[in-house]
Amino acid sequence: MEVYLALLVGCFFIVSIYLLLSKYVIRILLGVAILGNAVNLLIFTSGRLTREVPPIIPEALQVPAEATANPLPQALILTAIVISFSFFAFLLVLGYRSFQDLNTDDTDNMRFAEPVDQLPPPKGY
Amino acid sequence: MIDVNPTILFLLSPFLAALLSPPLVRLMGASAAWLLALVPLSVFIHLAGYVPQVAEGEAFTMGLSWAPSLGVNLSYYLDGLSLVFALLISGIGTLIILYAGGYLKGHKEHGRFIGFMFLFMGSMIGVVTADNLVALFIYWELTSITSFLLIGFDHDRMASRRAAIQALVVTGGGGLALLAGVVVLNLATGMNELSLILNSGDTLRESPFYLLVFWLVVAGAFTKSAQFPFHFWLPNAMEAPTPVSAYLHSATMVKAGVYLLMRMNPVLGDTTVWETVLPVFGTATLLVGTLLAVRQTDLKLMLAYTTVASLGLLVMLTGFGSEKAVEAAVYYLFAHALFKGALFMVAGLVDHESGTRDIRRLGGLRKAMPITFAAAALASLSMAGLPPFVGFMAKEEIYAAIAAGDAWSMAITALTVIGNALMLVIAAAVAIRPFLGAPVETPKPAHEGSPLLWVGPVNLAAVGLASAILSATTNHLVISPMSSAVAGSEVHAHAAIAFHIGLPLLLSVLTIALGVALFWLLPQLRYAMARALRSIGWGPDHGFDQFMSGLVALSAAITRIIQNGRLEGYMTTVFLVFGVAIWFSLYNYGELPDLPQFVAPTFYEAGIFLLALLGLAAVIYAHDRLTAIVSLGIQGFSVAVIFILFGAPDLAFTQFMVETLSVVILALVMTRLTLDKTDHRPFGEKSFDITVASVAGSGFAVLMLAVLQVPFDPRLSEFFSAYSRVVAHGRNIVNVIIVDFRGLDTLGEIAVVMIAGLGIIALIRIKGRQPRSEAEG
Repeated sequence: MEVYLALLVGCFFIVSIYLLLSKYVIRILLGVAILGNAVNLLIFTSGRLTREVPPIIPEALQVPAEATANPLPQALILTAIVISFSFFAFLLVLGYRSFQDLNTDDTDNMRFAEPVDQLPPPKGY
Repeated sequence: MIDVNPTILFLLSPFLAALLSPPLVRLMGASAAWLLALVPLSVFIHLAGYVPQVAEGEAFTMGLSWAPSLGVNLSYYLDGLSLVFALLISGIGTLIILYAGGYLKGHKEHGRFIGFMFLFMGSMIGVVTADNLVALFIYWELTSITSFLLIGFDHDRMASRRAAIQALVVTGGGGLALLAGVVVLNLATGMNELSLILNSGDTLRESPFYLLVFWLVVAGAFTKSAQFPFHFWLPNAMEAPTPVSAYLHSATMVKAGVYLLMRMNPVLGDTTVWETVLPVFGTATLLVGTLLAVRQTDLKLMLAYTTVASLGLLVMLTGFGSEKAVEAAVYYLFAHALFKGALFMVAGLVDHESGTRDIRRLGGLRKAMPITFAAAALASLSMAGLPPFVGFMAKEEIYAAIAAGDAWSMAITALTVIGNALMLVIAAAVAIRPFLGAPVETPKPAHEGSPLLWVGPVNLAAVGLASAILSATTNHLVISPMSSAVAGSEVHAHAAIAFHIGLPLLLSVLTIALGVALFWLLPQLRYAMARALRSIGWGPDHGFDQFMSGLVALSAAITRIIQNGRLEGYMTTVFLVFGVAIWFSLYNYGELPDLPQFVAPTFYEAGIFLLALLGLAAVIYAHDRLTAIVSLGIQGFSVAVIFILFGAPDLAFTQFMVETLSVVILALVMTRLTLDKTDHRPFGEKSFDITVASVAGSGFAVLMLAVLQVPFDPRLSEFFSAYSRVVAHGRNIVNVIIVDFRGLDTLGEIAVVMIAGLGIIALIRIKGRQPRSEAEG
C-alpha cells in the first residue's frame, strides 16, 4: 500500500516544484500549498500505514487493544498543517500587498531590492 | 599543569589601558600621557625582574587554560628571546606613549589614538611571549588588525585608507599562511606549545611535513617583516601618524616576522633550504631597501626604506647558519630598535615643529632645535655604524660572522658592505641635512618641541650609547641569553667597542669610505635611481592595485551570476541541486530501492488516489487562476480522505478545515486583483521546468521507497501508546502527544501562528510609502 502513496507523494512534489518554478506569485502560492500536502503525506507514509484503526485507547483499557495507526507522525503532521496554513496565509497577504505596491505579480519585475541596473562596486580605496 | 602567575596580568595590562585611554585623555588632555605611560613602564619593570634569572639560562612558562580539549591555551613562554623582545616593546612603548601624547596634542581623536596604540602594544607583547601556537596566531593577527586601525587613523585621506588596506591584506594574508603552518606544525610534532616543540630536537626537520611548515612559516614571516617582494606595504604605512611609524614600523611589528624566524631557528633551521632561502631573500631585501631609500627626499620614507633594508639584513643573518651570525643578528636587532625608533621620532619632531619632512626644504635647524639635533646625531652615528655606539658593535659582529673565503660568503659580504654604506648615506642625510648648514625658511618657524616629544628620542639614543659603553653588561643580560635562545645552544657574546685589527675592522673602514663617497654623490645617485625606476615602470605596489581591482571585479562578476535577482533562478538552483544530490548519492552508494511489490489497493483507495492526481493535473492545466484555485481544493480534500482511510481522523478534520479556508481566502483575494489574462510559460521554459521538477520530485519518491524498505523502528510510537493513558490520562494518543508529551512544540506552533497573524495585520493595516505605484501613477 505504501508504494502507491510513495508514488503519489512523488507526483505531489513534481507538481508543487513545477508551480514554485513559475514567475507568477499566484502560481508560486499554489505550489506552496501543494508542497505542504506533499510533505505531510511523506511523513504520514514513512510512519507506515494501518487501515482504519485510529490511535485511540478504548474506555476500559490502559493501552490500545490492537495495532493502531502510528500516532507519532499524526501528531507531527497536525502541527505541520497548522503552521503551513499560517505560512500560506502570510505569503498570500504578502503577495497581495506586493501586487498593490508594485502593480505586478511577475517576480521578474520585482527588482526593488536588487535592481537590474545595479552599479558595479567602486574599485578605489 | 599550567602555572598561573601574576606576570600574566602585566602581559594583559595594555588592553586595560586601551580601555582607559579615551576617557582619561578627555579628562586630562595631553598630560594623560604621563599617567598612561606608567602602564608600559610597570610592564617593563616587572619583566626586567626576570632578566637575572633568564641570563642564567632559565626559562619560564605560565598561562591560563583556555580550551584544553583542543590543546589551546593562553600560555606564555619567557626565555632570552621573548624577554628581550618584550622589554624592547614595553620600554620603547613607554616612550612612544609619551611621544604620542605630545604629537597629537589637541587632536579630537587623541584618546582613541592612544587606545589603539595600547591595543597594539598588548597584541605585540602577546606575539613575542605566546607559548601556545594558536595564541601566537591570534596575537599575530591582532597586530595586523591594530596596525590597520593605526595606519588608517586619518581615514578621511584616501592614501591613508589605501595604505591601511594594503598592510592588512599583505600581513593578514601572511597570517593565514601562518595559521596553516601552525596546523601542519601540530600534525608534524603532535605538540601545540612552543616550549615543547623547541625541545623536540630533530623531530620537525625529519618530518615529511618539514618543507610545508617551512614555506608557510616563511610566508607569514616575510609578509610581516616586509621582505622583497612584499616590501611595498611598509613605506606606504608611513601614511600613519609618526608615533605609529616609530613604534610599529621600525621597532616592533615589522620585527614580528624576524622574531618568528628566530624563534623557529632551533627546530626549522640548520637545513639547506633554510640557509639558502633566508639569505637570498634577506640580501635582496637589503639591497632593494637601501637603493629605494636613496631615491627618497621625505625623511620618513628614507627611514622606512632603510627599515626594509635592516629587516633584510636580519633575515639574512638569521638564515646564515652560524652561532656568530645569530649573535650578530641579535646585536643588530637590539641596535636597530634603539636608533630607528629614535630617528623616526626625530623625523616626526622636525615635521611637527617645522611643517615639512622634505630634506630639500630643511636646513640649519641645530640652533632652533638643539635637543632634537643631539638625539638625531647620536642615533644617526649608531645607524651609520660608527664607534662608540651599539650600531658599530653590531656591524663589527656582522662582518666577523659572514666574512669568509668561499664564494657564497664573499658575495653576501660584498652586498652587505654596499647595503651598509648606503645605510650610512641615509643616516648622514637624515642627521646632517635638516640640522647643519645655513638655515632654510620652513613652512612653520621651527622651535624646540615639548618634553613629551623629545624625551623619547633622547632616551633611546642615550641607551644606544650607554649599552655600547657598558658592553659587558649588555652582553651578559641581553645579547647572550637572546642569542642562546635563537641558536638553541649556549652562546656567549664578547663584543666590545675596543678596536680589533682584523678583517671586520677593515670592512668597516671600507664601508665608511664608500658611504662618505656616496654621500657626496647623493643628488646624482637619487637622480639615477629615479630614472632607473621610471624605466622599469611596473612594481609590486602597482601590482597590488591591479590585484585588488581584479579581486573586486571577480567578486562582482560572481555575484552577478549567483545573485542575479531572479527568483526562479534561485528556485531552479535549489531544486536542481536537491534532485541531483538525492539521485547521485542513492546511485553512488548503491542505496537505490529494489523494485517494489505492487499489492492491489481497494477500489475506493484507488479512486481517491486518482482523484488527487486529477486535482493536481487540473491545477496545472487550468487556464485561468480561479480554476486553478478550485482545483487546489480537489487535491487538498483528497489528502484529507486519505488521512481518514488510514486511521487519522484528527488530521482529516484539520485538513478539511484548512483546505476550505485556503481556497476561500485565495479566491477572495484573487478576485480583488486585476491580473493579466494568461500567465503561461513559453514552451522551452516549460520543458526545462518540468525536467527540473521531475528530477527533484521523483527524487523524493525514490527516497521514500528506499526508506520504506528499511525495517521500521517503532520504539517511540510504542512508548506513546503505552504511556498516554497510564501517565498522561488521555485516550486519544495523538492529542496526548500534542498537548502533553510534546507540549512545548505546540506552544512554539501557537507562537508561529500568532506571529504570522501579527505579520498579516501589519501588512494590511500599515500602508507603505508605495514608492513604485506612486511613481507609475
